[in-house]
Amino acid sequence: MTSCHIAEEPIKKVAIFGGTHGNELTGVFLVKHWLKNGVEIQRTGLEVKPFITNPRAVKKCTRYIDCDLNRIFDLENLGKKMSEDLPYEVRRAQEINHLFGPKNSEDSYDIIFDLHNTTSNMGCTLVLEDSRNNFLIQMFHYIKTSLAPLPCYVYLIEHPSLKYATTRSIAKYPVGIEVGPQPQGVLRADILDQMRKMIKHALDFIHHFNEGKEFPSCAIEVYKIMEKVDYPRNENGEIAAIIHPNLQDQDWKPLHPGDPVFLTLDGKTIPLGGDCTVHPVFVNEAAYYEKKEAFAKTTKLTLHADSIRCSLH
Amino acid sequence: MCSLPVPREPLRRVAVAGGKHGNEMSGVYLVRHWLLAPAELQRPSFSAVPVLANPAATTACRRYVDRDLNRTFTSTFLNSRPTPDDPYEVTRARELNQLLGPKASGQAFDFVLDLHTSTANMGTCFIAESSHDVFALHLCRHLQLQYPELSCQVFLYQRSGEESYSLDSVAKNGLALELGPQPQGVLRADIFSRMRALVATVLDFIDLFNQGTAFPTFEMEAYRPVGIMDFPRTEAGNLAGTVHPQLQDQDFQPLQPGDPIFQMFSGEDLLYEGESTVYPLFINEAAYYEKGVAFVQTEKLTFSVPAMPALTPAPSPAS
Repeated sequence: MTSCHIAEEPIKKVAIFGGTHGNELTGVFLVKHWLKNGVEIQRTGLEVKPFITNPRAVKKCTRYIDCDLNRIFDLENLGKKMSEDLPYEVRRAQEINHLFGPKNSEDSYDIIFDLHNTTSNMGCTLVLEDSRNNFLIQMFHYIKTSLAPLPCYVYLIEHPSLKYATTRSIAKYPVGIEVGPQPQGVLRADILDQMRKMIKHALDFIHHFNEGKEFPSCAIEVYKIMEKVDYPRNENGEIAAIIHPNLQDQDWKPLHPGDPVFLTLDGKTIPLGGDCTVHPVFVNEAAYYEKKEAFAKTTKLTLHADSIRCSLH
Repeated sequence: MCSLPVPREPLRRVAVAGGKHGNEMSGVYLVRHWLLAPAELQRPSFSAVPVLANPAATTACRRYVDRDLNRTFTSTFLNSRPTPDDPYEVTRARELNQLLGPKASGQAFDFVLDLHTSTANMGTCFIAESSHDVFALHLCRHLQLQYPELSCQVFLYQRSGEESYSLDSVAKNGLALELGPQPQGVLRADIFSRMRALVATVLDFIDLFNQGTAFPTFEMEAYRPVGIMDFPRTEAGNLAGTVHPQLQDQDFQPLQPGDPIFQMFSGEDLLYEGESTVYPLFINEAAYYEKGVAFVQTEKLTFSVPAMPALTPAPSPAS
């Protein structure tokens, strides 16, 4: 199943977002650097616009001011009547939608890369929202191959209830880029280098595509979200157990029923229930304590993409 | 500043403080746990009191609300007249000074243990005031001997001429534990368990001392600050680069003149231009970006710590 009508057109307008979460510093500083000196991200015939999405949160070095910008790009929030009473991020979302969207219209940007960090040990991660998007599966295949032997994982957030309305979702092709582990408020050189390489390969792919290169059919391994797991809590809602040392830092690795998952403050181990192996991600992400997510369970599957080629050649 | 070089009486009033910075989670969760289950803090000769130092910052999971509580225990703040506009942490510092102090008085607590974590690769670090802090240094020595696998380091934070500004300076004696790396807002099981075990051993040591143990003289190796290095910045004051990959995570390792310290966003390396070897600490600590500190430069020193004689039981007949 292809979205072939869009895939064959050349890509014209690309945006790179940093600072959607103001304390995830790699994207903030890459975008700020590219705003001053954008040579690295230029490709012939392509407009690539770096942009800080949440400047107030960036200034305070905090995830958000009123609410999480990366959860509110749904049509209801985007359509609310503008007023000073709206949360800062909702007003900001509407501005961003105006500049880079509107969402679901022909005028929206072709591709938006949204740069994020995580405190979890997820390495280089690409986030995919649609399992049937040939163009992005091809791009991700290209990025993974180019980065090898550095591992690059694909996280598929397509799910009837768990998928969320991301900042990048206003584009025709939304791409999430997540690199970790990095603490909030810290800028690590090694993480910066990895994210920079991911962007470089992504832009190279777009350039090759626009030049008429054919990308033959391919397959990639992805990890599809199944379920989010909260910390065990006491009656006051406080955390009563923490991620077990055996699970800490083991993002993407198989977790079997019976394997330790949590360690209570009294020293007891809580194992994984159920009867299937899962691959945990976002293990011990700082920002997810308030979202009641200790980790997410994913299942590994293979996605195929048809061959694609830009139609102007 | 402790009023006596070495306690001459048993230490009865002991506090363990967590959540001085509300997003350093290990101390927060340990104190919350002990407030419900204080038995772990009891010893034959005393019971330690758990204290959540910065409740508002802890609830918000932030380092502080208005100003860094761990820089507010100076006499200027503690003794100035309260006003309704006082920053939250100034009011709180005065409350803690009443609870655990008053600083430099005879009624102050005997000992405060302050629990911290860092995003830097500080490993297991004990922070005492200076080489004159005899009791605290014997405690550090005891911890080092009990945990040989941990490579525990000692950092003496006080710079000459400066008044101590941290919580453990309110009591007659004190020590801070600084473990890392751990991100802000994250609770890691390995750091949590290590901190819990260290606290238990600190209390064991105080109990040993109270029961009349003598501690012999020894040679101590420690690190003392000689300066700080800020990140390279643009004219506007924004970051122009970050800690070099070769320096990242190399806390306590020697840094020689000519070694790379920063990597600019444009690609080039900045080298260390000092005249002598230093030992960098707190390399890339998140909370220090706003303080203009990419790392703290220290010198390594070795010195003798005098013996700590056993407490003489009182009152006792002449032997």
